[in-house]
Amino acid sequence: MRAYIPGYDLRVPRSLTEALGLLGGEPGIWQPFAGGTDLMVLLEAGKLYHKRFISLSKLADLRGIEVTPDAVILGALTTYTEVQRHPVLQTEFPLLCAAARETGSIATQNRGTLGGNIVNASPAADSPPALLIYDAEIELVSARGVRWLPYHEFHTDYKKMQLAPDELLRAIRLPRRPKPWRQYYRKVGTRKAQAISKVCFAGAARMEASTIRDIRIALGSIAPIVLRAVKTEEVLRGAMLAPAIIAAAKETLAREISPIDDIRSTARYRLRVTQNLLEEFLSQLVR
Amino acid sequence: MADIVSKIGIECTVNNMSSGFQAYPMARLLDVLREELHLTGTKEGCGEGECGACAVLMNGAIVNSCLVPAVEADGADIRTIEGIASGAQLHAVQEAFLECGGAQCGICTPGMVIAAVALLERNAHPGDAEIREGLAGNLCRCTGYQKIFAAVLRACESAGINRPENR
Repeated sequence: MRAYIPGYDLRVPRSLTEALGLLGGEPGIWQPFAGGTDLMVLLEAGKLYHKRFISLSKLADLRGIEVTPDAVILGALTTYTEVQRHPVLQTEFPLLCAAARETGSIATQNRGTLGGNIVNASPAADSPPALLIYDAEIELVSARGVRWLPYHEFHTDYKKMQLAPDELLRAIRLPRRPKPWRQYYRKVGTRKAQAISKVCFAGAARMEASTIRDIRIALGSIAPIVLRAVKTEEVLRGAMLAPAIIAAAKETLAREISPIDDIRSTARYRLRVTQNLLEEFLSQLVR
Repeated sequence: MADIVSKIGIECTVNNMSSGFQAYPMARLLDVLREELHLTGTKEGCGEGECGACAVLMNGAIVNSCLVPAVEADGADIRTIEGIASGAQLHAVQEAFLECGGAQCGICTPGMVIAAVALLERNAHPGDAEIREGLAGNLCRCTGYQKIFAAVLRACESAGINRPENR
């Protein structure tokens, strides 16, 4: 049932200082509202239990994509559409562009933001696997100051994260890498367009002939948080690609993830598909 | 929490006319358009951003108006289905929907037209796959989509757009 709309406040601060003042003045009372593509759905369903929000829409400090010689820095309000259209992201961070393109519909991509995707903390979010592959760092700001955190430390458990009530995610930093990595992204949902993931797989590898010099594997929807499959990576790192090593990696992967049964899929299906995606990724590395 | 907030004044441009109204901050743009501005061409389908029936153009970009809170429309340029035709002159997309039978029950049609207009304004030469992608956020339970797809092709032709072959 729809929520009672007059019971909700949504303030629109004009500056970052004003927003941080509200957040810090009454910690826990105010929560940030970015693109609204998740929160408005909860509102309509009568499941938006928090009542006071701060619209980030007028905060220029949270917008824009800055390219420096060693990094690309995306404002937290960067939309999925802006991600897809950025030439440097297209060439150097294709997994992030693929994730943005497969998130919701174009209408959702025009409103939904990268920062919102992170702080909403869904284990089924599509951009976090790409962010993990690229060693993203995030900037958290509050009236107390600024701190940077490796993104992989941010989510600690289902919907839990290292974010104080007075803090705001301001930016996401992606270090630019000079060496070429082979990259792979595949999301599996019920249908091709506009589906929420059953499994989301992002991989990158640096090859030397058929030897894996380095490898990264990140997965969504198969654990309480989006995670790097570090043990599976260990099995593969330095190895020569061959059927036996692929089989060993698939076995390790099964022990490393903890998929569940839910409305979108089953644990069994998720496990099998995740293993198949790993095999597809690895098979494409030798060509 | 029993607190009730006050309505606030919102000013924006709707279909090229400046418009002011009072709304609760978290009111949905969809409801404001229909109930305050009486622009009932914009339809409510799912109410959760899945079906595209409530699509409008906000600052030139397609959005689902059920997911936009009224306060964020302040200062924005909004175009609804009522603003797509120029007076009595239908938009090429609307003409094409009529010619191709791209509508049956009509609930999805305003959103479909908005999606097609958004696509053609962004990409003057869409390939087949791009047209399908451009319509993927809009659900239709009547037509089977083929006539809608055909209507977008027709709109491209009537606008003299050269489409790339077999893309």
